Amino acid sequence: MGSRLPSMLKDAGLTAFVAAALGIFIVGFRTVDIGRGLTFDYQIVDLAVAVVTIFFGRFGLSLAANGLRWPAIVLGVVMIAIGVSPMQLPSGFLHWFVALGGVLLVIRAIWPWANDAMAAAARTPTGRTIDRVASKWFGWALLVAAVLMPFTPMADQKTMDLGVLILTYVMLGWGLNIVVGLAGLLDLGYVAFYAVGAYAYALLSTQHGMGFWVVLPLAGMMAALFGLVLGFPVLRLRGDYLAIVTLGFGEIIRLVLLNWVDLTNGPAGIGSIPGPTLFGAVFAETAPAGKQTVAEMLGIPFNGIHRLIFLYYIILVLALITNLFTQRMRRLPVGRAWEALREDETACRALGINPTNTKLTAFAIGAMFAGFAGSFFAAKQRFISPESFVFIESAIILAIVVLGGMGSQVGVVLAAVLLIGLPEWFRDLGNYRMLAFGLAMVLIMVFRPRGLVAHREPSIRLHPAGSGGGG
Amino acid sequence: MAYFTQQLIMAVTLGAIYGLIAIGYTMVYGIIGMINFAHGEVFMIGAFISLIGFMICALLGIGSAPLAIVLVLLLAMAFSAVYGWAIERTAYRPLRGSFRLAPLISAIGMSFALQNYVQLAQGARPKPGGQIVSGGFTLFSSDGFDVRVTWLQIIIVLVTIVLMAGFTWLIARTSLGRQQRACEQDMKMAALLGVNVDRTISLTFVLGAALAAVAGMLFLMYYGVVDFFIGFHAGIKAFTAAVLGGIGSLPGAMLGGLLIALIEVFWAGYFSSEYKDVAAFAILVLVLIFRPTGLLGKPEIEKV
Repeated sequence: MGSRLPSMLKDAGLTAFVAAALGIFIVGFRTVDIGRGLTFDYQIVDLAVAVVTIFFGRFGLSLAANGLRWPAIVLGVVMIAIGVSPMQLPSGFLHWFVALGGVLLVIRAIWPWANDAMAAAARTPTGRTIDRVASKWFGWALLVAAVLMPFTPMADQKTMDLGVLILTYVMLGWGLNIVVGLAGLLDLGYVAFYAVGAYAYALLSTQHGMGFWVVLPLAGMMAALFGLVLGFPVLRLRGDYLAIVTLGFGEIIRLVLLNWVDLTNGPAGIGSIPGPTLFGAVFAETAPAGKQTVAEMLGIPFNGIHRLIFLYYIILVLALITNLFTQRMRRLPVGRAWEALREDETACRALGINPTNTKLTAFAIGAMFAGFAGSFFAAKQRFISPESFVFIESAIILAIVVLGGMGSQVGVVLAAVLLIGLPEWFRDLGNYRMLAFGLAMVLIMVFRPRGLVAHREPSIRLHPAGSGGGG
Repeated sequence: MAYFTQQLIMAVTLGAIYGLIAIGYTMVYGIIGMINFAHGEVFMIGAFISLIGFMICALLGIGSAPLAIVLVLLLAMAFSAVYGWAIERTAYRPLRGSFRLAPLISAIGMSFALQNYVQLAQGARPKPGGQIVSGGFTLFSSDGFDVRVTWLQIIIVLVTIVLMAGFTWLIARTSLGRQQRACEQDMKMAALLGVNVDRTISLTFVLGAALAAVAGMLFLMYYGVVDFFIGFHAGIKAFTAAVLGGIGSLPGAMLGGLLIALIEVFWAGYFSSEYKDVAAFAILVLVLIFRPTGLLGKPEIEKV
């Protein structure tokens, strides 16, 4: 082991050197606007601390990779201790940086053990049973938890809001999963269809007085129509070209919404959009003329949270419809054609599947669900503007699908909770949130390219599972 | 006529900047077949390093503008190249041989990370860069309208032409260029024949990043202001330029950059400036539909 030490030190030194070169200008010289020009706010010391941390972090990683786990763990623990100690580091961020580096190092060092232990546990008969039961019932358990959530004591304003938000992203994730996960088409402009649905409801309700339940199917149809019109010319393209074209479409739609002021009111957005009604009754303290409030109809005292609970169940049902629809579609010939197309387009063509039409159905159906979610979003927010439909939204939805393991329905739920729920709790982290989000996307692709729920069960097998067929 | 010429001069200047960024896209796509989504951020970082470089020059009392420009140019190229190298090493190399969309998703993540990194390190507000080169001359006057060419515009076009010529020479004549073209044609075969594929790909990223940094510096000098978000739109437009010219083709990238800039500038000049980006994106869509290989590209044969 001793003979490897110089090369490990050299590697760590090189990493630190690169980090220093990366950081020297962008981090080291912070430009500050003082009114009549820019001056520097030097942060060389911060940079130096970060570079030293990177040196030891990299060194620890090589130790762990060479089987020297205990030294790596000790190094990681020391880093955590320095990070959480009251010692004066130049900035608060550096405490986090050092401590997180230590945590990652410790995880990396004990990872092989944890992995072995988990694999061994899964091989025992009890382990297998637990695995089977869990994979079969986990989704149902989640569903029961979701249905019962509003009745638990923790269902206050904040939790319900978060629940609605997470479920919206679950629905969008499931919708995009049809396009990306099943049909294998990378759509970077999914938020455009979400915007179409939202603006459809906002315009039809505020200008033509139409209700939520009438517009909901219309919005879905309109988004699907957009999907067809946009998809038809471009779906012949190769995967990454398609990605860029969809991104372009997403931007075009946003720019049109921003600039077509006569129709969309431009950047000012559309306000006072009516919320959804329950059999014609509105959720409000006092009903408008000719209407009845829900509280009056049911004879219960008014409470603001009723509206949230109602919204929660609407989006839950909408999301479940998306899921059920997807599950059923996978058993239909067209659904199987999607998955076949994802695996090998040339083979599909040879077998007589029309790739353009098949992709178009996936694209349009995905768009339709985005349209439903969009009109729900407009009804929930009561105010929409082009600000809500920027590229980052598309990327977040895509990240949910990818992180969940493309094509996995439960994975999307887990990923939505992780990516939407956790950052909402850590709101005060501000911009670090998005930095971590971007890095997480990279790390997931590098370490788990098949996502959290990597298990992608084929919808149909040539031979029954476990019979030793061709797989 | 005068108005037209003035617009044309502006378009050529902008086209030079787009073209320099587009080369990075086109080279990377040519060699490993992926869209380097983070390339626009390298351009943005190049612009920031140039801003800081010019400020350091001012602190050190380097008064002569040509000297400062050359120094900052070298500085921005060198340090942005490190970014190009590091991005490839951390976000793309581990994914070589993974499934098709993995590098693209990783690239999107990288792009977000870099944007937010710069936002955190340098602040979100636009940074005024000041004027490094000013002045110009009147080309001609007609109908009471002066057609002006600034020195800066001449510098931008000259720098671009010199770099393009140097780059074309690099690809066509040097051993690095030969290795690069070999990897582009058949990576496995090139590796068998002793080409260090990893090194060649790294160098492709380094070169692309250096050119993007030049574009960043020219952008800073031309517009006089940078912020952390300039990479997104410039990146998409440069990619459009690369596709329009035919991805994988160097003259194509330049031609594409020029055409995109012409469309954008003339659309803004004659119709409406709100929809100029829509026009650029619409061109991208139309090109991909009707001529996916671009203007100067070779048709791609899909192997089974």
